[in-house]
Amino acid sequence: MLRVVYLTFKITLSISFSSASRTYLNEVCIQSNSERLMELSFMESTATDNMAESKSQKNITANPNITGAEILIRCLNEENVKFVFGYPGGAVLHIYDEIYKQNGFKHILVRHEQAAVHAADAFSRATGEVGVAIVTSGPGATNAVTGIATAYMDSIPLVVISGQVPVPAIGMDAFQEVDMVGITRPCVKHNFLVKDVKDIAATMKKAFYIAASGRPGPVVVDIPKDITAHLTEYIYPKTLEMRSYNPVLKGHSGQIKKAVKLLLEAKRPMIYTGGGLVLGDASPELVKLARALNYPVTNTLMGLGGYPATDKQFVGMLGMHGSYEANMAMQNCDVLIAVGARFDDRVIGNPGNFQTKDRTIIHIDVDPSSISKRVKVDVPIVGHVQSVLREMNEILALENKQNNIADWWKQIDEWRTVKSMVYQQSTEFIKPQYVIEKLWEVTKGNAYVTTDVGQHQMWAAQYYKFDQPRRWINSGGLGTMGVGLPYAMGCQFADKNAQVACVTGEGSIQMNIQELSTCAQYGLPIKVILLNNRYLGMVRQWQEFFYENRYSESYMDSLPDFVKLAESYGHIGMQITNPADVESALVKAFSPELKDRFVFMDFITDQSENVFPMIPNGAGLAEMILGKEQKLVDNHTREED
Amino acid sequence: MKHIISLLMENEAGALSRVAGLFSARAYNIESLTVAPTEDSTLSRMTIVTSGSDEIIEQIIKQLNKLIDVVKVLDLNDGKFIERELMLVKVKATNTYREEMKRMCDIFRGRIIDVADGSFTIELTGSGNKLDAFIESLDKSAILETVRTGASGIGRGDRILKV
Repeated sequence: MLRVVYLTFKITLSISFSSASRTYLNEVCIQSNSERLMELSFMESTATDNMAESKSQKNITANPNITGAEILIRCLNEENVKFVFGYPGGAVLHIYDEIYKQNGFKHILVRHEQAAVHAADAFSRATGEVGVAIVTSGPGATNAVTGIATAYMDSIPLVVISGQVPVPAIGMDAFQEVDMVGITRPCVKHNFLVKDVKDIAATMKKAFYIAASGRPGPVVVDIPKDITAHLTEYIYPKTLEMRSYNPVLKGHSGQIKKAVKLLLEAKRPMIYTGGGLVLGDASPELVKLARALNYPVTNTLMGLGGYPATDKQFVGMLGMHGSYEANMAMQNCDVLIAVGARFDDRVIGNPGNFQTKDRTIIHIDVDPSSISKRVKVDVPIVGHVQSVLREMNEILALENKQNNIADWWKQIDEWRTVKSMVYQQSTEFIKPQYVIEKLWEVTKGNAYVTTDVGQHQMWAAQYYKFDQPRRWINSGGLGTMGVGLPYAMGCQFADKNAQVACVTGEGSIQMNIQELSTCAQYGLPIKVILLNNRYLGMVRQWQEFFYENRYSESYMDSLPDFVKLAESYGHIGMQITNPADVESALVKAFSPELKDRFVFMDFITDQSENVFPMIPNGAGLAEMILGKEQKLVDNHTREED
Repeated sequence: MKHIISLLMENEAGALSRVAGLFSARAYNIESLTVAPTEDSTLSRMTIVTSGSDEIIEQIIKQLNKLIDVVKVLDLNDGKFIERELMLVKVKATNTYREEMKRMCDIFRGRIIDVADGSFTIELTGSGNKLDAFIESLDKSAILETVRTGASGIGRGDRILKV
């Protein structure tokens, strides 16, 4: 034993003297004017020495010491990571050197760190796996923050690895230094600063576990550069136990029984499901429950696809731009079951108004803090939505009871006659809703549809009927403009043969337009559906409704020629100005001959179109503004909040 | 209503800032916060004095539990508990004040722990209310400096917060 150690030491010494340190001697000499720099370059030289050492050791010991960077790569392989989205830089150079040497995963080089995180986020939304991104320290890290916050608000599991300046340089205002752990603390599920190479493997294990379990969310692992060069033995923990983190997964049986009983006794029941249902992969269980009960179902913006939109029990999306029937049913039901949804302000509007009606609320959520946060809940059930719904289905099957709610359906069908999702077709201008309807027809409802944020997002949500979960990919919580294109990239990597449509606006698309280059590099056959109304549409709509048509800074001048722009990246560009050409253009873009091509479709749409129905900010669910095409039923006057 | 919340958390770098950050991010009140390692050096014990409606306190407890580093949370106000805070007060102790300060200190069961020409430093332990009362009863112009630790709390009898 002793002899082996001695041998290793000797070999190490000889190698580090002979090759590696020679190149660094020059560097030390150049930088010797400052002690600080000496120290830094010394750290770099030890890094290279260490690497040489690791190679020499491999032949000698069974479990050799390897660098932190190599450990990191092995951890990612251990977690079966298929794609890593990232952008290299100084602090992650050791890691990128190891990426170069491996072939366990494919690294996707984006054009901006924000897009790396969004793409990893979409990959996760589409597949259910943990998304992974790597960024460098300082500006790389801060660029990633919007992506991390976006994932956090929608509870998307991510592991974001950020480089950090070497440990001795932390706090010295070093080049490209930023307190990443501090900056991201409010918008991550958890974060780590790894200060010892021995901690990398265990931290990565924890990061993946925390990101994916319980209520999912992004986890940041900040790794100083010197740590990625230090050496240690690689041991990836097989199991993990954390005394401080044990998410409850199984719902309380008594509560579940109580919930089923309440549901069976309801006169005006309503099923309301959100993003949690999709994240919990509980769509089949929900469909089974809803069909067995024959109750109406609504989805939130985040929950679209959780229940098939073409099913007769589906009453449409609810909320600020939800259907009339969904909002009225939500407001007037007597028993409401919320599954993986959180009663947020865009969904129920004013909670005070919502609570003026008496109803019994059952709430299933994996996160206890989501329950009774905005609305008092009567039957809370903390647990994984899939397991809870399964248990409910089992109880229902045993009970074998039918609850007749014909009167309630009659009322809902009456609300449906308002036809809140109708628009005035035009032969002169392209109506954005029409484009989405045709997109749905042409893609047969099977495409992955990503959107940015604004009017186009709402029209896509209203007019594209999602029959499957994980096909509707958008930023619901944070409302991040610029996600559309990187989201489409993530979806295309998740499913290379799938049809991926990025519905966007001319404001949003320009927030991450640089990713056209990434799409060219990897040959991604995404179809961009740009609904170009030359306005920041949603801002303009609010200014029209609430600011007496003062369109402050919501008109965008000097738009690029999107066709030429797309072509300059080697993509296909199309501009469509005539409503009669909409369908044929979409058919062409999605045709087999353009199957492998990125197509950018610039639809010049009606500038004056607004999103209806609309519940003004702070108003109640029944206080909808309907479009002029819909006949008003009982639209109350709005109370200012 | 005022609540005293006790929690055990992993003694990790940054754990304190996660709790402090949570309170500021969600706009919860925070009156005082004390923290130190326990007999088990891997754990820190924190006492937070806060106030809010029942709904807000419920959310605070849930949000604290949601922090990955937090092991256990207990709202001391759910049962019987003891609250103690330490205060050091430096007061004027010139001729006229010298006797009076000694007397006041005795009445409140404080201790004079430093004597200088013109001042005493008094150490006083008790509930926040008691410390407030002591300050109230002193002549304001006699107070040179005060420092308080913030409350520490512990459940009575069988109420034990332990991993």
